[in-house]
Amino acid sequence: MTHLVLVGTSHHHAPVELRERVAFDPDEAHAIAERLGAAVCLSTCNRTELYLEAEDAEDAERRAAEVLAELEPALYRLRDQAGALHLFRVAAGLDSLVPGEGEILGQVRAAHEAGTPGPLLDRVFRHALHAGRKVRAQTAIGESPASVSSAAAALAEQVFGDLAGCEILLLGAGKVSGQAARNLRTRGARISFVADSKTGRTRLEEELARADVVVSSTSASGYVLDAPTVERMRHGRRLLLIDLAVPRDLDPAIHELEGCYLYDIDDLEAIVAETLSGRRSEAERAESIVAAEAEKFHEWQASLDIVPAIASLRARAEEIREQELAKAESMLERLDESQRRAVESITTQIVNKLLHMPTIRLKQAAAAADGVFYADAVRHLFGLEDER
Amino acid sequence: MRRSTLAELLFWPALLLYGEAAFGYLGDARRPGRAGRAATWGVRLGWIVQTALLGVQAVREDGFPWGTWAASLNLFVWLVVGTYLIWGCRRPYRLLGLVVMPLAAVLLVVARAGGGTGVGGRSHYSNLFLVLHVGLVLAAFAGFTLAASLSVLYLWQERRLKHRATTILRRPAPSLAVLDRLAGRTVLVSVPALTLGIGVGVARLLARGERMDAVIVTSCLTWAVWTGYLALRATGWSGRRAAYLALAGFALVAVVRLALPATHFA
Repeated sequence: MTHLVLVGTSHHHAPVELRERVAFDPDEAHAIAERLGAAVCLSTCNRTELYLEAEDAEDAERRAAEVLAELEPALYRLRDQAGALHLFRVAAGLDSLVPGEGEILGQVRAAHEAGTPGPLLDRVFRHALHAGRKVRAQTAIGESPASVSSAAAALAEQVFGDLAGCEILLLGAGKVSGQAARNLRTRGARISFVADSKTGRTRLEEELARADVVVSSTSASGYVLDAPTVERMRHGRRLLLIDLAVPRDLDPAIHELEGCYLYDIDDLEAIVAETLSGRRSEAERAESIVAAEAEKFHEWQASLDIVPAIASLRARAEEIREQELAKAESMLERLDESQRRAVESITTQIVNKLLHMPTIRLKQAAAAADGVFYADAVRHLFGLEDER
Repeated sequence: MRRSTLAELLFWPALLLYGEAAFGYLGDARRPGRAGRAATWGVRLGWIVQTALLGVQAVREDGFPWGTWAASLNLFVWLVVGTYLIWGCRRPYRLLGLVVMPLAAVLLVVARAGGGTGVGGRSHYSNLFLVLHVGLVLAAFAGFTLAASLSVLYLWQERRLKHRATTILRRPAPSLAVLDRLAGRTVLVSVPALTLGIGVGVARLLARGERMDAVIVTSCLTWAVWTGYLALRATGWSGRRAAYLALAGFALVAVVRLALPATHFA
């Protein structure tokens, strides 16, 4: 029997100082997979996992653990159904630091493509990708932003819709404001101006007049923009202001102006907390989808043991039927063509009807734990051992 | 108008499907997903069934079958839902269905109560006049209803942004800019239709030397409000104030459609 073996570690078991020791780039991941035989190496910033396919699970586990030896106390080991379920959860984003994050699906796909999977691993990865896509299609787990910077960009979309052509005015250049600006840019917005402490008041107001989104994170002690200035420069035109600075850069009274929407860091964090709680509730639905897909995979895997036994049984029955017809050839010669066809048909039907129920029962047993024993029993009872 | 078996057979499924859509959109607002998809199918199928109902009315009549107040309400509902379907199938616009579909279901019931979903009613007006006058005015009113619904959605979305609702990204709605633009475009198409529809009616009125009634006066007032809406938008008016003006215009549409029609149709 071919086993699926998983050895790895993730953010649940190892801090970043440990994980970074076994973080592999795509070339390294490919080389490791090649070295291990039928294997896939999934290495992201949150996990490094080695998936192997082998007849000898103990040996495969040992070889994989050697690759990740530095992390031995933080390693987990899973096999067969448990390993498949884990991969399905990973692909669906259920094992991620932020539940439902979308990047992992692409990373699983890339790992699969860079790996050297055998038939079982190939199947389990394809099925995991399918499960991941299904979770995203049927739940809202990945729809809402999970960081302050992506929340800022999503808010801009709630105000302006398509951000193509939107102008961003950056006040200061902090890390989070940079990420927010990057998020806005990936959605089509354009950074029109980056203001710093040397930027003159007149220039700043000119830029404010044509901006659609203002992202601010300066270290100024007072307000960089006040409500009268914004009102004078905007004349009621829509403006989204994201104030990521502490102390705040933007006068809270700006929010009272028509068409102006001001969000500070607390507002954004409250929105992110809400969306994350939404993701967690969606995760319950996603778990049931993943469990159902893992069960389907289990049934398929179990059928691998049964299918050869069924095929052998049917082949043996057909062989016997043909032998018996051959023995009766002298009698059958006297029959005309239609009578011969009727005999062929009747004998085939008898064989099929006799084997129908055993075939169904074997397939049902395949999904249960004792499926292998049923297969062995059939082989033994019908003398099929040699055809194994 | 008398009740016809076929028309009855088509009316009830249409009403049920619109009702299902209204409840579905309510469910979708609470938990987006399956209920919203079911509601969208309810709107689609309901509209198809109502189209068949209108088809039966048209086939069984010798002339324009929607000349009465109740029958024109039936046609009005069909136009409103049809216009809504242009965007309503898209996920962010499902919230719009929460405004449109209960209204459509209620108006369809009112149309039936007034005998507007049966067959056999025949107006003494000419077909061409009715098609131009009733058809264009109702199409314009359907457009205004949609514009008002978009404005309601705009005000709701703006309120969420102003209140910094923490659920704003969990339950995203169409953006302010898109809602504002769509409302403006809908009115831009509807005002010429109303202008032509009223023009045809007034021309006939003058030709026959008849007197203006309350519906005509209020319709002209409605036309003035919506034309003013367009004029103000051209000067840069938009957003919340435009949305409130659209609601004021819709209030007049409601008065014309529901409060005053008895004398006009008589």
